[in-house]
Amino acid sequence: MPSLGADMESGTVLEWLVKPGDAVKRGDIVAVVDTSKAEIEVEIFENGVIGELLVGPGERVPVGTPLATVLAAGTNGAPVPTAVPPAPAPVAPVVVPPQVAPLPAHAPAAHRLRVSPLARRTAERLSVDLATVTGSGPHGAITRSDVEAVAAPVTAAAVTEAPPPVPHAAVTEAPPPAPPAAPADRQKAMRDAIAALMARSKREIPHYYLELQIDMTRAVEWLHEENVRRPLPERLLPSVLLLAAVARVVPDVPELNGYWIDGGFRPGSGVHLGVAISLRGGGLIAPALHDADRMSLDELMDGVRDLVQRARSGRLRGSEMSDPTITVTNLGERGVDLVHGVIYPPQVALVGFGAVRERPWAAEGMLGVRQVVCATLAADHRATDGHTGSRFLTLIDRRLQKPEEL
Amino acid sequence: MSVADTITITYREALREAIREAMLADERVFLMGEDVGAYGGSFGVSKGLLAEFGPERIRDTPLSESAFVGAGIGSAMGGMRPIVEVMTVNFCLLALDQIMNNAATITHMSGGQFAIPLVIRMTTGAGRQVAAQHSHSLEGWLAHIPGLKVLAPATLADARRMLTPALADPNPVLIFEHGSLYNMEGELRAGGAAVDIEHAAIRRDGGDVTLVTYGGTLPTTLTAADELAGSGIDAEVIDLRVLRPLDDATVMASVARTHRAVIIDEGWRSGSLAAEISARIMEQAFYELDAPVARVCSAEVPMPYPAHLERAALPQPDAVVAEVRRMVGADV
Repeated sequence: MPSLGADMESGTVLEWLVKPGDAVKRGDIVAVVDTSKAEIEVEIFENGVIGELLVGPGERVPVGTPLATVLAAGTNGAPVPTAVPPAPAPVAPVVVPPQVAPLPAHAPAAHRLRVSPLARRTAERLSVDLATVTGSGPHGAITRSDVEAVAAPVTAAAVTEAPPPVPHAAVTEAPPPAPPAAPADRQKAMRDAIAALMARSKREIPHYYLELQIDMTRAVEWLHEENVRRPLPERLLPSVLLLAAVARVVPDVPELNGYWIDGGFRPGSGVHLGVAISLRGGGLIAPALHDADRMSLDELMDGVRDLVQRARSGRLRGSEMSDPTITVTNLGERGVDLVHGVIYPPQVALVGFGAVRERPWAAEGMLGVRQVVCATLAADHRATDGHTGSRFLTLIDRRLQKPEEL
Repeated sequence: MSVADTITITYREALREAIREAMLADERVFLMGEDVGAYGGSFGVSKGLLAEFGPERIRDTPLSESAFVGAGIGSAMGGMRPIVEVMTVNFCLLALDQIMNNAATITHMSGGQFAIPLVIRMTTGAGRQVAAQHSHSLEGWLAHIPGLKVLAPATLADARRMLTPALADPNPVLIFEHGSLYNMEGELRAGGAAVDIEHAAIRRDGGDVTLVTYGGTLPTTLTAADELAGSGIDAEVIDLRVLRPLDDATVMASVARTHRAVIIDEGWRSGSLAAEISARIMEQAFYELDAPVARVCSAEVPMPYPAHLERAALPQPDAVVAEVRRMVGADV
């Protein structure tokens, strides 16, 4: 059905002037159509033989509906893919009113938080649960500053803290997506969990402790040079070098990477480095950086930053809480020289770092000033002996002397 | 900048100087419109120009906007550089057929064979008690039309310098002069730099909220911004300058800094330029917004004659201040 005017939507075939089998040529009049304004003669634009008439006299069809098929002259049967008017996509002849499901008399008004787009984006970036934010904007809308007030400034520098790596059992076994507990309740629960876990550690695990002073001069200098080349957001913190050194060494000392369960050692399935993170308002948590031995420095940096942000907003994943195979705690940022850690059951080792400081350093008969960090290991004597632990710390030392290979 | 480099000038005089300069620079330039010659222009812009340039180039026309705007289009097609003055935007409706169906389309419909280097100046806006047939701000309607460029000088510098690039432009350019600005007086640097007719301008820097405006509401908005500064709210003020094509980039960059926007537009709210800008901010900067975009526009009534009612119908600084305070959650 050709369009015979810009406002024509459909037309009625009044009469066919050809029948199947008739030869036609371009320009022949083949049909008469009523457009509801006038009767119009329809020309054909192809040469050939009329195949089939698809719309009978009296039928009203939308513009674009094929009216007939035309066969190429000399063929017997197969229609040329040409309809009388070059047919656009066929239009459904009858417009069916769309079925609209009846609305319930009172559609339940789903409660939707009023959150500005910027606040929503900020909350995502800072891993803040909007349900915990009180809005101060127009009509109580949550604005960016409301989100930031909840998130509190987070920097990777604050990554580490606190000796006793922590709760697992009570806090994390079933990450409860329940209604958020009041902050005070949550803190009490965390304190209880830490208490139970640390008491169990000291009750059950015969710790042994080792300590090694490590010359960090080369590592610090290398880091400085590396950071000069990097844009500010991509700069590395010294604590990441320490994490990387541990992660690289763990595969060489698998006896320290795993769990003591039911009177025996079970090696970990990978190097999942627990990172002790202090929480605002008290308590701490030590989620895992999965497969840390295979992460680049940048990936470690990003991973730590991500863990810190999510740990502080309560958005850690279950696997991160249950997976750590060995834990690292770094109290150096807090200014202490060394930390004798408490092992996080059922793990068998905990590595600690104090502050990197300038110290007098005797080497090759000379006294000099070097950047020094004190690395410690608390290990489960049921699983390993001091010999293993010593090897572990000296390997870390060796790694830190070649920072460019981390 | 020494004192000798600046002159004290009114907006009206700046417009006149711009026309003089253009006529001296290019003999194809001429001015025509109702009462632009002997009377010196309904708003006094062309005062003295008839004596200086003579009746060939300062042409009084009959009271038929359609005729003289059409004549302007024809002379532009024929190679002249006409400046056509339409007394107020309300009266340009009589010439809308010429403006829209001819000026805005001929380049397109002739396949680029004809340029229309025509400038049409008109007065817009209220605030002078000239009531409901001489006071409206219809520039948003004209800015709706592809093929036109639409300018709104709101400063002395723009009044003085926008005409040159407007005449150089091969497209028809409409210049809207807000009636409340003619008597604005200030210092203008003599021989100052040329201005473009492409970009919006930031008239005041600020980090807390973006106030977008143009033309006659620029002074209103700057007054509001000063008042807001007194209560610690730092408003950035954008003068659109060019109403078509709109300079989205300047607006979006500002919103990305402030995360809030209020648009001040003397036009009626429904279907206004303010509505268009609000939509664009939503389209292009949605995730930057920390509050819904707000608008301060004229009341949707024919402009009242009584001064107190006219004042109440127009965007005032206190309304802008109240809107911003509500937006940032400050106690009003």
